Amino acid sequence: MKSSLKNMVLVLFCITLISSACVGLVNMITVEPIARAKEAAVKAALAEVLPEFDATEKSEHTADELLIVAYKATKEGEVVGYAIESATKNGFSGLVRLMVGFDTKGTILNVNVLEQAETPGLGAKMTEEGNPLLASIQGKEAPKTNLKVKKDGGDVDALTAATISSRAYAEAVARAYSVFKVVAGWEREVQATTGASNTNGGEASNHGNFEPKRGKE
Amino acid sequence: MANKVTTFLKDKLLLVWRGVIKENPTFVLVLGMCPTLGTTTSAENGFGMGVATMAVLIMSNMVIALIKNLIPDKVRIPAFIVVIASFVTVIQMLMQAFVPSLYASLGVFIPLIVVNCIILGRAEAFASKNGVFDSALDGVGIGLGFTLSLTVIGAVREVLGSGAIFGYDLGCGDYMPLVFVLAPGAFLVLGFLMVLFNKFLKK
Repeated sequence: MKSSLKNMVLVLFCITLISSACVGLVNMITVEPIARAKEAAVKAALAEVLPEFDATEKSEHTADELLIVAYKATKEGEVVGYAIESATKNGFSGLVRLMVGFDTKGTILNVNVLEQAETPGLGAKMTEEGNPLLASIQGKEAPKTNLKVKKDGGDVDALTAATISSRAYAEAVARAYSVFKVVAGWEREVQATTGASNTNGGEASNHGNFEPKRGKE
Repeated sequence: MANKVTTFLKDKLLLVWRGVIKENPTFVLVLGMCPTLGTTTSAENGFGMGVATMAVLIMSNMVIALIKNLIPDKVRIPAFIVVIASFVTVIQMLMQAFVPSLYASLGVFIPLIVVNCIILGRAEAFASKNGVFDSALDGVGIGLGFTLSLTVIGAVREVLGSGAIFGYDLGCGDYMPLVFVLAPGAFLVLGFLMVLFNKFLKK
């Protein structure tokens, strides 16, 4: 077709109009199934980290500028445990999100990694069953455990050659614990997680995925 | 008549084959290097990226072949980009809604497809000059070529870097040079595979 101004404006306008109409239509169709799928994923994650329950009560908290969702699980009206959906920006690449299950005494029942983009074969091992990170904290009472990697003087075993990923994992679990203390009624306010103070310092480098971090992960 | 059918089939098959070998997007055309280097940390990831790209490529090729005569020459690039971006968004939403398990493993790659210049490259070089059916076949060929290349690069990096293949542990992970799962390894593997490919396969 001829490239006259009228033609160009008209055709481009029509194409964008039709395209956005299509995208809008598909969005209308999919908005509900997407919400349902997300809910099902949360339910599955809850079942992984909690003992048997029949109802959950959701609450939202802010810790270190991150939105943390907490679920109080009850069975026949009695509280059986808490699941905290925690996150950290200090992973090797991108956000690390995990779901941590606590019983009423603060014992860490299980940790389920919901989202991570760490290096396969190194940091990504945090998703595997029986990895040292999980093994070193599962079944431990959080109040008596120092939720830091051993290199930083804590009790968490790090993944080989993946110190940054391990630190991120430990930090997210520690953040989950600080939110747990609030929902369980132990404390009034969510306390800042140690190690998160570098969040601000590292902010500038957190924008790109290809940040030039030195040394081993 | 039968002769005509065989020539026709042969033609179409050649069209697909050309995308896999002679115009292999990764090793010969050297297009779409950003997703190639970025996502091939394992064979599975490479395969996933390849398949997702192929799906978008086939559809965008077909639509662009369909509307090519309606688009004024000077605004064809923005028109193509709008079509491609809409397709990617629609596919992402559909996947998220109806196959959430697939979305969980491929989801991160979907937005990357928009910036993959193979899609725009094929729209410009092929679909805007050929019919709908041929354009779809070109999408299949180039898509297969891209998928195979990414899977091979991913497999080599996974074996050399973490001692596993398709997530199956070969039991030698601790002795493998780490560098192959990191960015420099991507360049090394891509370079060597490109040399081998052009030496032995592309005649």
